[in-house]
Amino acid sequence: MKQFFSFIKKEFYHILRDRRTMLILLGMPVVQIIIFGFALTNEVKNSKIAVLDNSKDVATTSIIREISASRYFEIEKNLSGYRDIEKEFKSGKIKIVIVFPQNFNNDLLHFNKAQVQLIADASDPNVANTLTNYATAIIMDYQKRITNEMKLPYTINTEIKMLYNPQLKGAYSFVPGVMAMVLMLVCTMMTAITIVREKETGTMEVLLVSPVQPLKIIVAKAIPYLLLSMINIISILLLSVFVLDVPVNGSLLLLIAVSILFTLTSLALGLLISSVTDTQQTAMFVALVGLFLPTVMLSGFMFPIENMPLPLRIISNIVPAKWFYTIVKSVMIKGVGFSLIWKEVVVLTGMMFFFLVVSIKKFKIRLA
Amino acid sequence: MRSLLFLLQKEFRQIFRDTAILRIIFIMPIIQLLVLPWAADYEMKNINISVIDHDHSPYSRQLISKITASGYFILEDYTPSYNQALIDIEKDKSDLILEIPASFEKNLIKQNESKLFIAVNAINGVKANLGGVYLSTIIQNFNQQVRSDWVQLPRFNPVLNIDIILFNKYNPLMNYKYFMVPGILVILVTMVGSFLASLNIVKEKEVGTIEQINVTPIKKYQFILGKLIPFWVLGLIVLAIGLAISWLFYGIVPVGNLLVIFGFAAVYLLAVLGLGLLISTYTSTQQQAMLISFFLMMIFILLGGLYTSIDSMPHWAQMITKVNPVSYFIEVMRMVVLKGSGWIDIKNQLLIVFGFAILLNGWAVLSYRKRY
Repeated sequence: MKQFFSFIKKEFYHILRDRRTMLILLGMPVVQIIIFGFALTNEVKNSKIAVLDNSKDVATTSIIREISASRYFEIEKNLSGYRDIEKEFKSGKIKIVIVFPQNFNNDLLHFNKAQVQLIADASDPNVANTLTNYATAIIMDYQKRITNEMKLPYTINTEIKMLYNPQLKGAYSFVPGVMAMVLMLVCTMMTAITIVREKETGTMEVLLVSPVQPLKIIVAKAIPYLLLSMINIISILLLSVFVLDVPVNGSLLLLIAVSILFTLTSLALGLLISSVTDTQQTAMFVALVGLFLPTVMLSGFMFPIENMPLPLRIISNIVPAKWFYTIVKSVMIKGVGFSLIWKEVVVLTGMMFFFLVVSIKKFKIRLA
Repeated sequence: MRSLLFLLQKEFRQIFRDTAILRIIFIMPIIQLLVLPWAADYEMKNINISVIDHDHSPYSRQLISKITASGYFILEDYTPSYNQALIDIEKDKSDLILEIPASFEKNLIKQNESKLFIAVNAINGVKANLGGVYLSTIIQNFNQQVRSDWVQLPRFNPVLNIDIILFNKYNPLMNYKYFMVPGILVILVTMVGSFLASLNIVKEKEVGTIEQINVTPIKKYQFILGKLIPFWVLGLIVLAIGLAISWLFYGIVPVGNLLVIFGFAAVYLLAVLGLGLLISTYTSTQQQAMLISFFLMMIFILLGGLYTSIDSMPHWAQMITKVNPVSYFIEVMRMVVLKGSGWIDIKNQLLIVFGFAILLNGWAVLSYRKRY
């Protein structure tokens, strides 16, 4: 046991004496949570659009005024002819061009029918879709107003209630995701290089000739990082609540407990990477390139998992961040208790033990 | 010049003899390019819905079958009480609740008006909004149908009507992959380039071989060039492979000129590699170098406009994207591949990235010291 503690001490010295690394490890999550918490959102607003108004009458002017007043659109340019449209799309940041034909108001009043064209840059289908929906809604509103709200018979009124997030804030779905991503990557990366580093610098030999068992070597490597991660968990939670305004509706204790569980899983994954690779470069590359994009894309916070094709839905189950993301959303925002998240907790625990066992099995006690 | 050639020879050997790294450089991007675009899809389908029907009338049943027949919604649960449905939402089993009140049909016919209640899990605001809109549209259609059952509408439409005609340019099928694949390709090229470059010099420091180089008459710029050129070549090869994959598997043929893409990529890689080298000269262990370049990459990639639109970010974040080389390449890549933009359309981005390249590489050469 004494040996074990002196090993832990050694690992602590490794970390504490490399000030630069420690600063990065503690500072990085804070900066990332703040930047991504504020900047990452799948809302679409302030999109730049252009208008080609061939009519310039009462109706078109007031529609244009309403569009520019909405927070979704910023009118960047008034075009003068059809020829400009193609040019604007190719060079500019214009997302939509709204085209009013000649005699718009005239047609509307005399023939009860007028046309407006929305030309969208659909190279980003998501933005194009959302923006055309918004623009359509604004134009429809205008139409409704000028028809003076004619009351139609047999009307079904629908009342929509937005649960948990009535203001539809982007942060509610992105902050838990950013938490999962940052914790996962920082923890995995930290441990991914610890063992392999000893291999590369040659100090592994010293460890191997000592009487300590592999299990203890590995666990001793993880403990200091676990403590570091706990500091990170606390700072991340504090920032989410006080800076990003995402509430903790459920039990805080439960949230911290599952965060620690998730950290352990990530640390174990890092150890696994570390014991199967031979150089720090390989280890880090696997940890980053191999984990970064899959974590971002398959954990469900950027893109809803239920929209993916079946093989990817299955693959997403092996991404630990996916389970943690589900838990954080449930506990933080829905405020549910343990009884509704035990399945995810079991999965994460299982993953953790799996990673640990494999990394101990793969840990070579002989030099190559 | 000759010493540069020898240096290059050494660097290439170092890369090609490390099979693990080589495999990672080529296989990882390919796999990711094959898998990840399928994940990126905002189009809503398979929305799970829980229905509470207090009415059990022909109309309520018609409405429900209309909803499930729409293709967007899957009837997850048919429960008697709202609380039961709420539990479905808490368990993430369903996304939407539709409550049909008792005497829905009676009120609609007798009192000309009836109510429906919808509750949406709005944690993901955009998804909730779209789900709500789809459901309302279906209900509206149903309403129209009911109305035409009871009243004969006049032939000439008395209501003013604005026709909205939509054109989706450049991607009329609204295929999200066309949008994502070029972006993911940029990320992969960037990661291969900058990570490896940032680790390279610092590795020589850590292993100690940098001393051997410091005692040779190799000039500073030669040393830096020797480190830069191999990864520059590798980056371009990864790009070529990536474009081939996106053509073979996704049928994406750049509308614009390939030369424009490669020309821009050549300059862009210089900038990214310069950044990697700069990190490398300022750090003393691979761990530090890796952490810093990871930190920067994460910001560059997530704020690069690949996943979320830059226009929606707060002002200060948009300022960050101005100094973000990745965002320029993603933008250019999409412009050229999807819209067929040419040199003139991208000249601003090209100049800016060229500026980055000169600044970062110049800085890297200056800050690399042969002395300790």
